[in-house]
Amino acid sequence: MNPENSEIGKGRAGGGDVIVETVSRLMVPFIQLFALYVIIHGAGGPGGGFQGGVIFAASFVLLVIAFGIVDAGDRFPEAANIAFISLGVYIFAGVGLLCIILSLGAAQYLNYGFIPLTTHFEENRALGIDLVEVGIGITVMAVITSIFFNLAWKRESEEGGREE
Amino acid sequence: MIWQLDLILLFLIVVIAIASITVRDLLSAIMLLGAYSFLMAMVWVEMHSVDVGFTEAAVGAGATTAFLIAALSRTVRWEKK
Repeated sequence: MNPENSEIGKGRAGGGDVIVETVSRLMVPFIQLFALYVIIHGAGGPGGGFQGGVIFAASFVLLVIAFGIVDAGDRFPEAANIAFISLGVYIFAGVGLLCIILSLGAAQYLNYGFIPLTTHFEENRALGIDLVEVGIGITVMAVITSIFFNLAWKRESEEGGREE
Repeated sequence: MIWQLDLILLFLIVVIAIASITVRDLLSAIMLLGAYSFLMAMVWVEMHSVDVGFTEAAVGAGATTAFLIAALSRTVRWEKK
């Protein structure tokens, strides 16, 4: 990108600052790894799908702040965000309906013990909680990224705003 | 629970809340609300509610501050008299 485009930035930091770009490029994988840890750790301690999804979305917000919304926002198309939102809800509801089917008439929605992942009822329950948390995390991550882009991105006046 | 620490934190929270609704620079108000959420997370953790404190730190101090700054970038910075 041309330098006079980057120094406007609409009052936002980044867009050519080498320190901000390098630090955020180093920090983003660790933030995402911490988010995955929070999602997986949520069954047995503080954390869970919601908090992990928010932390995962915060790494995308950091990318946008560092690299500018036009350059970073092109990597998160709206259709992919909507697909991720639906995918998380489908994982959640799919695990629940699988429990209804596998509980054989008892109709126990989200009773994870009936999923035959292992031979023990309690281990099935722990693994089912992790599956549902992954679904919640995907949905929350995509929703918060989508809300942030819709708040910050002037899509319709983008062509008019870039040449000034 | 240490009641002296609770008292200091809650007093700071009240001061920051009053300051964030009286300041006329909206960016300062957003930053004060982020500090409010962070102190509130410290209060939750200090009251042995780690899960609520974790959510407050992630959502209140992280996501909400980013949302408010994104909303502020579409409007004016200074509040009218």
